[in-house]
Amino acid sequence: MIVEAGQLALTFAFALSLLLAIIPLYGSFVANQRMLLLAKPLALGQFLFCLLAMLALIYAFRTNDFTVVNVAQNSSSTLPWYYQITASFGSHEGSMLLWVLMLAGWTALVAQFSKALPLLLLGRILGIMGVICVGFIAFSLFMSNPFERSLPFFPVEGRDLNPLLQDFGMILHPPTLYMGYVGFAVAFAFAIAALMGGRFDSVWARWVRPWALAAWLFLTLGIMLGSWWAYNELGWGGWWFWDPVENASFMPWLAGTALIHSLAVTEKRGTFKSWTVLLALAAFALSLVGAFLVRSGVLVSVHSFATDPGRGMYLLVFLLLVVGGSLLLYGMRMNSVRSQARYQLFSREMMLWGNNIFLLTACLIVFLGTLFPLFHKELGLGSISIGEPFFNQMFYYLTIPFALMLGLGPWVRWKQQQFTPLVKPLGLILVAALILALGVLASMQSVQANLALLGMLLGAWVGVSALAEVMLRMRQFGSVTQGLTKLNASHYGMTLAHIGFAVLVIGVAMTKTYTEERDVRMQEGDTATLAGYQFTLVDVYDLDGPNYGGQAAELDVRKDGRYVTHLHAEKRFYRIQRTIMTEAAVHARLSRDLYVSLGEELPGNAWALRIQVKPFVRWIWLGGLLMSLGALLALADKRYRRKTPPATKQEVANA
Amino acid sequence: MQPRRQKRLFAILLVIGLLTGAVAAMLYALQQNIDLFYTPSQLVDGLGKDKIKPQVGQRLRIGGMVVAGSVKRDPESLKVSFDLVDTGPLVTVIYEGILPDLFREGQGIVAQGVLQDATTIKASEVLAKHDEEYMPPEVAEALKGIKHVPPSQQQPASGSY
Repeated sequence: MIVEAGQLALTFAFALSLLLAIIPLYGSFVANQRMLLLAKPLALGQFLFCLLAMLALIYAFRTNDFTVVNVAQNSSSTLPWYYQITASFGSHEGSMLLWVLMLAGWTALVAQFSKALPLLLLGRILGIMGVICVGFIAFSLFMSNPFERSLPFFPVEGRDLNPLLQDFGMILHPPTLYMGYVGFAVAFAFAIAALMGGRFDSVWARWVRPWALAAWLFLTLGIMLGSWWAYNELGWGGWWFWDPVENASFMPWLAGTALIHSLAVTEKRGTFKSWTVLLALAAFALSLVGAFLVRSGVLVSVHSFATDPGRGMYLLVFLLLVVGGSLLLYGMRMNSVRSQARYQLFSREMMLWGNNIFLLTACLIVFLGTLFPLFHKELGLGSISIGEPFFNQMFYYLTIPFALMLGLGPWVRWKQQQFTPLVKPLGLILVAALILALGVLASMQSVQANLALLGMLLGAWVGVSALAEVMLRMRQFGSVTQGLTKLNASHYGMTLAHIGFAVLVIGVAMTKTYTEERDVRMQEGDTATLAGYQFTLVDVYDLDGPNYGGQAAELDVRKDGRYVTHLHAEKRFYRIQRTIMTEAAVHARLSRDLYVSLGEELPGNAWALRIQVKPFVRWIWLGGLLMSLGALLALADKRYRRKTPPATKQEVANA
Repeated sequence: MQPRRQKRLFAILLVIGLLTGAVAAMLYALQQNIDLFYTPSQLVDGLGKDKIKPQVGQRLRIGGMVVAGSVKRDPESLKVSFDLVDTGPLVTVIYEGILPDLFREGQGIVAQGVLQDATTIKASEVLAKHDEEYMPPEVAEALKGIKHVPPSQQQPASGSY
């Protein structure tokens, strides 16, 4: 019953999304206020019904209703209750419903929190969100129905959730990531609505900024959680694999990062307009490309869902319609938009323009690297794979100038900057960064001309520069204590995010350079030494979990004879899916992780173990977390909550 | 030139310069990092119409089914060797390290490595997918005779067969 109600709710949501896609948009062209006013209740109703559908699906999973195909294939009665809930979005069908729910959620949020927007613009924005909702709800309803029953024949027990997905990270990773992906639909809708009306000014940019920031926040957090999950769950100790699906989330992130920077120029200076609009379109289009790549099965990856050409074709056609339609509109409207502002070569505008160029080059590299094997195969040239070294090499080249510029950027004024006043502060920062980087490495007795040194230098340069800049701005208000409260929240946000980037760069460089890894054959009582740590295998015994069996290994870790920690690594065998999973043992500190995974049993009562010592690996996720926090701070800025926009000139003077 | 024009020219030149550099660097890096995929019979007989065989020392990927009974372990270390097959000849893979969780005899796997001699590959990585019935798509094509034909090369349905 409840399952049918869920199906019905989704059908209602589809009907409402159709109305939302038609009525307000039509109303905006015939200037009918009543039609425009309908947008908000339609958006809220659509969200409500999507929520009911999702709840119905969760109910089916919790009650082990194996007559539902989706439940039978992705859950079991022995699965712990919290994984039964997350299993509801573990499959293709369920994750699509989650995607739809998020999309309806963003639409409802826009409807609820846009009191300052003119009715006409709001109607159009919600209408465009409605069009996107129609596309995805129809996909969920007709192409991948999560409520499909297999009556009259149904299994008595489910096939269980893929063990890879039975992890705490899985509870957080997909919803966060989807919030980010789908969130760029808001910026997209704002851009299209503005293209229809032809109004692009600082006010428009100020309306879009918080939405783009919020989407970026979730996407950053989602990618970071995904990386953390892979590290813990795949048992290899890797945190980024340049896997096609990771790349699919990285592309909109790069475009989105470019967008939030370009929006700053459009808001403060009223220029870069057409560029900003293009980025808003690109960020969402790349989210759709991601959805297509993951769900069509054209690329083989650990993340891919089951292959279904029909679904892939639907998404491809939808993607082409959205991208084609928006580019057509862009081409028709954008040639009439002119930016009036003047700026010199050495100015904040140019620095941000450079930022955009680097981010988009990075995006292009990821795009080509991901799709090249696909084209190669479709052209009949044979199957190839593009290795990790390609991406790593390209990103080394890009990160160096990008980080150098990032340290400089916030110091440069809008319009025009003289070089001489910057020489002294930047010189001091450079010296401080050098001392800091070399000092840290010297304390670890590892000053060498290698990647770690480069990463440390770049990280210190960006970090020290960001801190010094915010201190200087505070002092401009008199004293630091006075400035503390006067500086915009968004300025703190920017500083925090930039420091996050510095932390990330240091983490990546240190981990890449100083990770030590050994595969060893050990019997009980054996000791293996790695990077000064002695790992002793104390015991291996059989496991008995709720839906898995397997073995567990107990290790003691000592350093210079002193006891450090006890590690517990598991090798699980999930009975229903007949899958083996490695649960690594991790001992985490800010300066290093100890990582042990249990391999196969070897003849002679021995075990294969993979032991890793990974310095600074926590910094990678810490950096991502700081970036997200920065976005959160920026979102808290007062100016996004003003009902009537103030004079822009004054803002420019303050900025 | 006027400063405005000068600025534009500089901007355009910068973009062109950066793009050329990026594309050149990218193509170079791509060329170094493309690994061709072979099945065991392709490795022995050659790939494509021209029957191009890989050279010793070349980086490549190989995918096939692990031959039952062929897995040999060194008792003292983590060295292991096994044979792969699809439809014809056998190819030997040698590896040192931990095999993936789903490595089993009879299971489809993909190995990345360097060709050591005509039929031996020294693998740096062995991949098995988390799916019992998994078979690399290329191997499935070779084994089952299912050929993936790109839409661009499909013959009209009214063909002679």
